[in-house]
Amino acid sequence: MYPAGYRYTKEHEWVNVEGTAGTIGITDYAQAELGDVVFVELPKVGAQLKTGQSLGTVESVKAVSEIFSPVSGEVTETNPLLSDSPETINSDPHGTAWLIKVRLTDPKEASSLMDSAAYQAYIAEKAKEH
Amino acid sequence: MNAGESANMIPCGLGARNTLRLEAGMCLYGHEIDDTTTPWEAGLGWICKMEKGAFLGSDVLARQKQAGVRRKIVGFEMLDKRIGRDGYPVLIGGYEAGRVTSGGPAPFLKKNIGMAYVPPESTAMGTEIEISIRGQAAAARLIPLPFYKRPQ
Repeated sequence: MYPAGYRYTKEHEWVNVEGTAGTIGITDYAQAELGDVVFVELPKVGAQLKTGQSLGTVESVKAVSEIFSPVSGEVTETNPLLSDSPETINSDPHGTAWLIKVRLTDPKEASSLMDSAAYQAYIAEKAKEH
Repeated sequence: MNAGESANMIPCGLGARNTLRLEAGMCLYGHEIDDTTTPWEAGLGWICKMEKGAFLGSDVLARQKQAGVRRKIVGFEMLDKRIGRDGYPVLIGGYEAGRVTSGGPAPFLKKNIGMAYVPPESTAMGTEIEISIRGQAAAARLIPLPFYKRPQ
């Protein structure tokens, strides 16, 4: 379910690092919590993001959720699929429904985030709180 | 839930109820109505029987009925793809002129709708307004309430 090569944040974003490029999205847990996604607002290509900074919003029928950048970097691409088909986030959050790609300021930064096993343990704990 | 699965039963909560309420153009306390609004402003005049004699607040309502209201509740649909939600400012001619009281996607109507207070001179159906969404103006248009009426 949660790709082994990805890194994960406590706010339920993921980042997939390949060299100096990072692809960012939200996790399956996040999409399930949000419900039907109806609108996505993303930053412009060229925007500089700092770790923890808001990179945009994902809106479901019920609410607006801010998405925080898991890493620092410059936005090189935004997913064109999401403006017409935001609901893809519900069906393929770890794949085709990536949000943005960035040129990483520090490719090693993401290694401080949770790996797949740690994230799954983290959300299992969360589920117990409910 | 397991028992209802064969009958296509799905869970339904406050979110669904709020969509239903909004589509029907009904006021919700804390949104369209609170202790600063009057029935004339909220389109609830039919609830108030002024000729039945004095009641708490009837003097204020009588005065406002004569002088006219300064804001009125209206319904709008988003022309922009973005979603106008509760509390967002309404802009008319580029200036803040009111606030969204309830707003969100209406999955059944397949559009984003909402209710808002605007000045009485800006309540004509079809009036184009803007909703300020996180600092950016998004186009919307006034449409009649209720947004949906069940066929009789």
